[in-house]
Formats: sequence, structure tokens, C-alpha cells
Amino acid sequence: MNSFYPWLILLAPLASATVITLFTLRWKSLSCAISITAVLVSFCCSCLIFAQTATAAPEFGWLDVPPIFRVPLGLTLDRLSRTMAVLVSGVGALIHIYSLGYMRDDQGKSRYFAALSLFMFAMLGIVFANNFVMLFIFWELVGFTSYVLIGHWFFRDAAADAANKAFITTRIGDFGFMTGILMIWMTTGSVVFAEVAPRIPMFGGHTTFVAIVALLIFCGAVGKSAQFPLHVWLPDAMEGPTPVSALIHAATMVAAGVYMLVRVAFIIQVSHTALLVVAWIGTITAVMAALIATQQDDIKRILAYSTLSQLGYMVMAVGLASNEAAMFHLFTHAFFKALLFLAAGSIIVMLHHEQNIWKMGGLRRKLPITFATFGAGALALIGCPPFSGFFSKDAILAIAYEHNPLIFALGLFTAFLTAFYVIRMLVIVFFGNPRSDRAREGRESPPVMTMPLIVLAILATIGGFAFFARNFLALPNEKGAVFVPALAIIALIVGAGVAIALYRGRATEPVQIELLRNKFYFDEFYSWLIHWTQELLARVAAFIDRWIIDAGAVGGSSRGTWGIGAVLRLIQVGNLQAYAFLFGLGVVALIYFAVLR
Amino acid sequence: MITLGDYLVVSAILFTIGLAGVMLRRNLIVILMSLELMLNAANLSLVAFSRFRVGANGLPDYNAQVFVFFVITVAAAEVAVGLALLVALYRARQTTDVGDITTLKF
Repeated sequence: MNSFYPWLILLAPLASATVITLFTLRWKSLSCAISITAVLVSFCCSCLIFAQTATAAPEFGWLDVPPIFRVPLGLTLDRLSRTMAVLVSGVGALIHIYSLGYMRDDQGKSRYFAALSLFMFAMLGIVFANNFVMLFIFWELVGFTSYVLIGHWFFRDAAADAANKAFITTRIGDFGFMTGILMIWMTTGSVVFAEVAPRIPMFGGHTTFVAIVALLIFCGAVGKSAQFPLHVWLPDAMEGPTPVSALIHAATMVAAGVYMLVRVAFIIQVSHTALLVVAWIGTITAVMAALIATQQDDIKRILAYSTLSQLGYMVMAVGLASNEAAMFHLFTHAFFKALLFLAAGSIIVMLHHEQNIWKMGGLRRKLPITFATFGAGALALIGCPPFSGFFSKDAILAIAYEHNPLIFALGLFTAFLTAFYVIRMLVIVFFGNPRSDRAREGRESPPVMTMPLIVLAILATIGGFAFFARNFLALPNEKGAVFVPALAIIALIVGAGVAIALYRGRATEPVQIELLRNKFYFDEFYSWLIHWTQELLARVAAFIDRWIIDAGAVGGSSRGTWGIGAVLRLIQVGNLQAYAFLFGLGVVALIYFAVLR
Repeated sequence: MITLGDYLVVSAILFTIGLAGVMLRRNLIVILMSLELMLNAANLSLVAFSRFRVGANGLPDYNAQVFVFFVITVAAAEVAVGLALLVALYRARQTTDVGDITTLKF
């Protein structure tokens, strides 16, 4: 029986999604109950198998073409996936409960909870998949549920557009991912992780090939984890309900890219080029997103850019060949970022869906629990000791310091920027005077929303301490120089100090940097690029249609017939005897060929 | 002794005269007559072949003579149709000269 717990983790949310969609769409409360039960079952089973180190799940055959292709339905149950399952189902459970409060008046509540359950199924599928094909299928399923949930309020154009944008942008990365999987299958003849890993030395001398394969697989993570240059969908995805932003676009789905990179690290770490590219993509994302975040006014967008930036840190750690540091940061980030989003959601819902930070202010008295928990999350995010973010970010910076001084410097700069924009947000939202009527009337959220906040705040606070985290993860070795954390703390204090000095008591933005406010013009650039690609393709197509099909095929056959006719009619001389002569010649030729040859 | 070769030579001469008539004369009636001449040249060779191909029973090979009857029949039909066409043509155009009939010419 024990061996079926892992399958139960996966199937409970799937069953919930099916039952809700097929039977209970009308009974909203029942749908909520089913969904929350399912996620709690998943969480309990995750905890159960987490405790059992030697669990094995039965494997089922699925696609079996004996000598060349075999895709089993199997589960990987190593320490990594068990930790990740507890994390995903735990944060997921808290967010399900929070959603009860956040979505209590929503018309599409059943649909929302069905999609949430389906997401849990897909995300846990990614966590447990033991081969590339399963991973890819769940990967796409996660993308689909993300689409459904971003577009939950589909009647708003912005939400529908954001859902499309998220889906299409991640598809670009997924195309690379799929190509990479095919290349791995072509060369190693297997898609199962455990079988591919020992065959990787086969690549030996083909460094370019390995680099290409590794980078194609990394493309998938670039799309899903919203790394530069495919990061544009994540900030727009904030059009979805806030718990969705917390669960999918902060704590779990976007981290799936990092988790996948760690899972296939055996390929990436073979190629130094690939590692370098991965590290730099992560670094660029971290710095760029932090820069953009300093000038945003929408509380959820600030958090979205901070997510990008933190994911950049994780990818940077993967690129520096330190999976432990990446997973450690993923682990702490899941807690504090889910916390920040849920706290932001609590603010937003109490202010009747006001998201502009300049319309808030002075909320620390109105929303004391939200303020305390948001503060804990913010301190963890900027890496203030002793909150969890300090330890994990410090681990990444220490690794960066050992490997690449330039990446370390940029990482430190990002830490400074992070402190700056987070404290800016904190000061504007919670301190000073209320700047709108809604902010003056705000009340604290109901317990169903504050309880998950408190639980997450506790986890975000203690999550980084070795005595807690060691139970879940292999922690990176703490052998970095003492001055790395010291520098990080200095960057933090400077950033926070500048932010406080600049924004205390302000009612409007004192510094306007258009480049950053417009997110480095990425959206404009992409729409320009797409416009011109489309224009170019259209012109090429028009050229082919006009000159090759119309003029060549259609006009060519008509003019060809006409031309041949013009030549052939020269034979028609109108002289009877000439015809008779040609006729005779033809007969002679026929006889010659028929009889004599 | 007249051999098969002599008959064939006469036949070839007749055929050549007919061919020359068809190729060179402008009057349709003469061309028609030349055609008849060529047919009869062919008949002559066929009859000669029959005469000189004697089977084991001492009789000539009649296959060629049957052939000749067919040719004569076809020639009669051809003359009938040809002359009818010619008359029709003359009524329409008042000429039997092939040089004047150039409707098919480009």
C-alpha cells in the first residue's frame, strides 16, 4: 500500500479537477471543499513519503516500441523530488485555503478551483517525472493551467491578452526544450533520466553538440522560468487572481524551470559553454528585472519583477554548477514570495482591487497582520539576517565569488537594488499617510486569509536556518569568505537607506527614469520585431504568390501553350502537297522505326 | 522469261509517276488520278507476288489476290468520295487548283 502513496499524491488533484469539472461546477462550496481535500491529501502523502527514504513506486509501461523507444509512467523519488513535493503541495495547500477568502464572491469559483487542482496535478507531475517525455507533458499541462488561471477573468481584455502572451511566449522556449529532448533521444536512445545519465560520457569529445543540447533544454527553462529574453510574459501574468500569482507565478511553476535544470544538471554540467551561458542569462535577468522593479507603481508588478530577479539568482547558481545553492534559494523563495503575494493580495482585496502603491499609504495601522507578515517576507526577500533569504542568497553570492568575480559584482549590485525597491514599496505602502479614500477605509482581512500568511511568515523567517533547511535539502558548503555576507549586508543597508531617504513622506514618484518605467522597451521591441517579421514574411509570400505562382505557374503555362502554338502553326503552310509530303515522310519514318529498328 | 524483278520495276516506275503527280501537279483531278495510279502500282506488285509464290500443291498464293480485290474496292470508294468532294469544292470555289485552297494556312 505504501508504494501507492506517490501515485496518490498525483492522482488526488487530478480526481478533484475531473469531479469538479464534470459534476460540481454549480455547487461552488462543494467544489472548494473537494479541491482543498485533494491538495491536503497530496500534502499528507508527500509528508509520509518524505519521511520514508526507501520508498519505491510501481512503474507502468506506457509507450513501448521495444528496441528504440520506451516511455514508462514512473516516478522519481529521490530527495530532491520528495522535498519539492512537500514544498509544492504545502505552499499549494496554504494558497488553496487563502483562495477561499480571496475568491469568496467570484462567480467562477468552481472553475478556478478545478484549474488550481489541475495545476497541482501537473506541477507534482513535473516534480515526480522520471523521464523527459512525462516531464514535457506535465510541463505543457502546467503551461495550459497557467493560461487558464491567468485568463480567469477572461472578460477583461488585459487578462485574456496576458494569458495568450504567457502561453505563446513559453511555447517559444518549449520548442527548444522539445528539440533538445529529441536530440537526447536520438543520441542516447532513451528518454529516462536514469538511463540517459550513464550514457552522457558517450558524448565525450563532441563539446559543441553537448552545448547545443544543454542550451536547447535550457530554452525550456528560459520560457517557463521567465528568464531574459523571454521574461516579458511574467509581469503581465499578474492580471490573474493574486493567489494564482502567488502559487504559479512566484512559488512553484516558475521555479519548475530551475527544478528541471537541477534535474537534468548531469547534461548541463558536461558543457562549460552551456554553464557559462546559463550563468550569464541568470545574471542578466537578475540585474535587469531588479532595475525595472525600482520604477514600477503596481504592487503586483514590483513583486513580479522581484520574482524574475530571484529566479535569475537561481539560474545563476545552476550556471555556476551549484545545484544545492539553486535549490536552497528556490526553497526559501517559495515561502517568502508566496507570502509577499498573498499579503499583497490581502491589501488589494481590502482596497477593492486597487494595485497602485501611490494610492495606498499608512496601511500599517489598518492591516497590522498583513503588515507584519509582508514585512517578514520583504526582509527575507532583501536578504536581511536572520530571515531565510539571507542564507540562500548568501550561498549563491559565495559561490559566485569563488567562480566569477564579475557575476559576483552584478549579484551584489542586484542585492542593493532589491533592498532599494523592496524598502521603497514598503515605505510607500505601509508608512506615511493614506493617499486615497480606499486606503483610509481598509480593514484587516478575515482569518482564512491571514492564517496562511502567518504560517508562511513563520516559514519565511526560519526557512533559511540550517537546522530547519537541512532536513529538506543538501545545503551548500559554507566555506565562502567572511566578507561575502558582510558585503551583502552593506549593499542591503545602503539600498534600504537610499530608499528610505528618497521615499519617506513622498506622495508621488520623485525620480522618473523613462527607460526603466518602460521596462527597457522590451514589449515595444518585441511588437516591432513581430510586426516586421510578419511584414517581411508577408512580403516574401506576396512575392512568391505574384511572381512564382501567378506569373510562373499560371501565366507560364498559358504563355507556354501560346508560344508552342506559335511555333507549331508555322507548319500549317496551307499547301496540300506539302501536307501530303509531310504525311508521306511520317509514314516512312513510322515504317522505318516500326520495321527496321 | 519475265522475272518478278521486272514486274516490280514496272510497279516502282508506275508508283513514282503517281507520286510525282501527287507532289507536283496543281489540278486536283490530276492528283486524284495520280493517286489511283499509285494504288494500281501496288496492285501490280501484289499480283506479281501471288503469281511467283507457288505453294506445294502447284497453285499460286491467293492471299495477295484477295488483298488486291480489297484495294480495288477501297479505290472505287475513294474515287466516289474524292470526286464528290471535288465537285462540292468546285461549286463553292469555282476552282480545282490546290494553290487557291489556303484556308488552313496561318
